Amino acid sequence: MKFKDYYAVLGVERGATADEIKNAYRKLARKFHPDVSKDPNAEARFKEMAEAYATLKDPEKRSAYDQLGRHGSGEEFRPPPGWSTQFGDASGAFDGMDFADLFGGLAGHARQGGRRGPGHARRGQDYEVAVPISVEESFNGTEVSLDLTTTEFDAQGVPRRAPRSVKARIPKGATEGQVLRLPGQGGKGSHGGRDGDVYLHIALRPHRIYRVSGHDLFLDLPVTPWEAALGASVEIPTLAGAVNLKVPAGSRGGQQLRLAGRGLPTPQGGAGDLHAILQIVLPPEFTERERALLQELAGASTWNPRRHLQ
Amino acid sequence: MTSECTDAVWPDEQRRLQLADLADLAGLSEAEVLELVDCGALTPAEGAPGQWLFGMRSITVARTARRLRADFELDPHGVALLLAFIDRIRDLQDELADLRARLPRLVPVART
Repeated sequence: MKFKDYYAVLGVERGATADEIKNAYRKLARKFHPDVSKDPNAEARFKEMAEAYATLKDPEKRSAYDQLGRHGSGEEFRPPPGWSTQFGDASGAFDGMDFADLFGGLAGHARQGGRRGPGHARRGQDYEVAVPISVEESFNGTEVSLDLTTTEFDAQGVPRRAPRSVKARIPKGATEGQVLRLPGQGGKGSHGGRDGDVYLHIALRPHRIYRVSGHDLFLDLPVTPWEAALGASVEIPTLAGAVNLKVPAGSRGGQQLRLAGRGLPTPQGGAGDLHAILQIVLPPEFTERERALLQELAGASTWNPRRHLQ
Repeated sequence: MTSECTDAVWPDEQRRLQLADLADLAGLSEAEVLELVDCGALTPAEGAPGQWLFGMRSITVARTARRLRADFELDPHGVALLLAFIDRIRDLQDELADLRARLPRLVPVART
């Protein structure tokens, strides 16, 4: 297994006091806790420091950790002979174990009379997984494959890491910030404990055309000044295919035209709306004829849009 | 190891959870859930004290409460305060996302 330098993870010296360890952990936790931080790597960083703190805050686990000696982070190593018997696990079988599992079984060793043995009902572990999906996948529903590393317990109650692949069908209409549940797909329960759940935190990837708020979609719709002035029928893309939209005569820039029910589907069977935001745009260059017509219009019109500024 | 495709389920807002079910799903004891109710961090959807029923959103709140309590070693009042802030931040983020969605981008026009 690979060694982890828990002191380095928390940024403290090996001789740090319990208070120094606690303070270092708390400072880092405030920065990287997934409920507080927006950093996409925060969760992985936090898991690392929580694992380090869980071991170093407990005097018994810290002593067991210290007796593993000094190694570089990521260095391949095996616990020294006799280490496992000294710390309450006579099995000494480290194959397939993760570094953190070495100390997991020592929790409250003295208080609880050792590792939880056979027969103790243990609920399987729950998992929180971020699931980024596209706007199209939200519209149609999709399937995702999740790779989890679950902790399972053998008949002796010894933890083992096991890779687990979970396939999930995401219903249509799942949108930003929603949390869906995969019942019973987390870690396996043991001795009658029920299996854990997986919680899927949906995040929508940015879309080339649409911006999303809840189940509503927003799109910028460029129109020419004469389309806005005279009215027009323009083709716009929706997630279910192109539709024609009537731009009323006398439309203004920034005006929103709503297409009811053309947004993302909702769990209740309805759908959000699609809002087209009119943007009046000019061609990058005018032809001679266009320029002449505009000059004619400029001469003929007496309208002053800045009257209210005077 | 692979498994069959499982349907991800929506939190059904009409469904109600008993205290024991909520505690089980959140990984807390019933006493800890009641403590969160006491501090105002969790609000039962209906029922009289002792027979409270909780909405499905309570699962997320109670799970966040468990993480915050364990990871920051906070007392229930500290957890309740943090949950209130997290809730406010989430509301503000939703509002900000909505305003951004309504804000037109500059439309690039390709030169031909």
